[in-house]
Amino acid sequence: MTSTTQEVLVSARGLEVHFPIRSGGALRRTTGVLRAVDGVDLDVYRGETLGLVGESGCGKSTLGNALLRLVPPTGGTVAFDGADVTGMGRRELRELRRRAGMVFQDPFASLDPRRTVAQTVAEPLEVHGLHPGRQARAARVRELLQLVGLDPGVAARYPHEFSGGQRQRVGIARALAGEPDFLVCDEAIASLDVSVQAQVLNLLRRLQRQLGLTLLFISHDLSAVRHVSDRIAVMYLGRVVEVGPAAAVAAEPQMPYTRALLSAVPLPHPRLERSRQRIVLRGDVPSPSRVPSGCRFRTRCPDVFEPCPDVDPALQPVGSAPGHVAACHLHGVVGTPVERERPDAPVDAGDPAARR
Amino acid sequence: MTQLPTPGATPAAPPPSEPPPTAAPPRPRWRETLGLLARNPTAAVSAVVLVLIVLMAVFDETLAPDGPNEQDPSLQLQPPSRSHPFGTDEFGRDILSRVVLGAATSLRVGFASVAFALVVGTLIGLLAGYYGRWVDDALMRLMDVLFAFPAVLLAIAIVAIRGAGPANAILAIGIVYVPIFARVTRASVLGVREEVYVRASRSVGASDWRLITRHVLPNAAPPIIVQTSISLAFAVLAEAALSFLGLGPRRPNPSWGLMLADGRGFIDQAWWYTVFPGLAIVVTVLCFNLLGDGLRDVLDPRQRTLMAGGGR
Repeated sequence: MTSTTQEVLVSARGLEVHFPIRSGGALRRTTGVLRAVDGVDLDVYRGETLGLVGESGCGKSTLGNALLRLVPPTGGTVAFDGADVTGMGRRELRELRRRAGMVFQDPFASLDPRRTVAQTVAEPLEVHGLHPGRQARAARVRELLQLVGLDPGVAARYPHEFSGGQRQRVGIARALAGEPDFLVCDEAIASLDVSVQAQVLNLLRRLQRQLGLTLLFISHDLSAVRHVSDRIAVMYLGRVVEVGPAAAVAAEPQMPYTRALLSAVPLPHPRLERSRQRIVLRGDVPSPSRVPSGCRFRTRCPDVFEPCPDVDPALQPVGSAPGHVAACHLHGVVGTPVERERPDAPVDAGDPAARR
Repeated sequence: MTQLPTPGATPAAPPPSEPPPTAAPPRPRWRETLGLLARNPTAAVSAVVLVLIVLMAVFDETLAPDGPNEQDPSLQLQPPSRSHPFGTDEFGRDILSRVVLGAATSLRVGFASVAFALVVGTLIGLLAGYYGRWVDDALMRLMDVLFAFPAVLLAIAIVAIRGAGPANAILAIGIVYVPIFARVTRASVLGVREEVYVRASRSVGASDWRLITRHVLPNAAPPIIVQTSISLAFAVLAEAALSFLGLGPRRPNPSWGLMLADGRGFIDQAWWYTVFPGLAIVVTVLCFNLLGDGLRDVLDPRQRTLMAGGGR
């Protein structure tokens, strides 16, 4: 986006994933559209860890899935290493699946209970014809298990014999088997015990350095994201609303939503924690099937003012750090004017005089 | 619907230094299933009886004291005795021999028709459940049409069109049971299809074929296996019904249903004529049903955990 001359590995432009909402009954008429991802621009640089945060239901996971075309995008483009992901044919898509892996949230659900650890980890090798031959594959599986800190002797065991942390390591080994460049970690530590979370987090960091991986780390856990990320992207209601270097986003958030999100994180130092000012947002997140006009955060924003319902804010450079961008009119009204009276959007944005 | 299909998947908090998993050597799943089945007395006895019946059908020529059609006019409708434990029929044929020899016919028709229904029905259910949308709609509406006919009526119609005989009886009974397998498979596949491990395999590049054969089908199999056992019971019964109506195997070759039909005329003079082939049907059908129930208990993961003592 700005400043850094780093190479872009994954790039989304205007990415949309809309799901039709169908009524029940035999006719299955489409009665609405759920805008899970609604016009996302995002670049992931080669070799970095990009943290993607946002509250539940904001479209983080859908975005991660759409980048790998595990969910088909309904609009916009995704480029992986220069190649257009949305237009890929069968063969190219398979190569993408080798080069881009995914680690899933629930390690109890993401491993096939009827297949041994070795079979699970070897699946990418079989699919892509890597390390052909029984012995070579077995050797590679052992190597992968060691890489993620598991005893290679467990290869013949079934997932139900393992703990959550161990299973997640198996999941990571599977994701790494094809020697990918890019790994999407979709809430990869969210369902683990806290003590195990740190282990898996550190494992991911080690693997990233060791293998030169590019990581998209999706999480609602801001502390974890700050711990592992080079840059942080904040998502709200299907849109990326702020992106920047991790330190800059954490220290000087430029968008009211990011500020509110950060203010909810407890601080380790007791004195700082006591003086921590929480910004409590009003109301609930609007439904992604009824996205407010203009700035989608305006219905809850403490700083809402005149242009918010009328102009859909674009990401613009903010703050002092290079590469720090946010979509907020407080930094100058930039964006696409929209019709205020959208029938599917609540008009009332709160009292404009409430501007601080 | 998307329950964890793992037995003993206790999300217990592991200590930071996680020990390697249990010391017991990993047992293949089918061995575990068999072991649990053996501990369910009803199912185990049923399985043993069924094995004996199948063996009887396989070695019928050796086991039967007499040939199927050896007549002895001097021994018409004799009650059970030492030389003819099940008595004789109106032609003086040994009923024990005919029950033994009839097992082959009944079971052959039963197994073949269920095999047909299993293969076709599972394939249809798999395609409908996995691909969904119009594939699902088209296939399942077709199944609904088949389902709308009473089973025996449909079988009779098919036999009436194609003519009587064992091959057509197999086809008829098979077609009748296709929709049941299609539905059971589809329901099971719908649950498994949404499992994260299926998505995970897709994310590493597995093809649809691979997903279906390596992940979806094995995990969707338990209800299909149970249905197979229960359908065998009904297929044996259906074969008897078709034979009884004269639409199955032709006389004079023995079949249980055929013997029931023939014995009906002498029921007031020779109870043994109908009771012994009838008993053979009852025992076989009952055993398939009980085995099916036992399999259901064992293959249901939650039941399975309970029975294994919770620890595994």
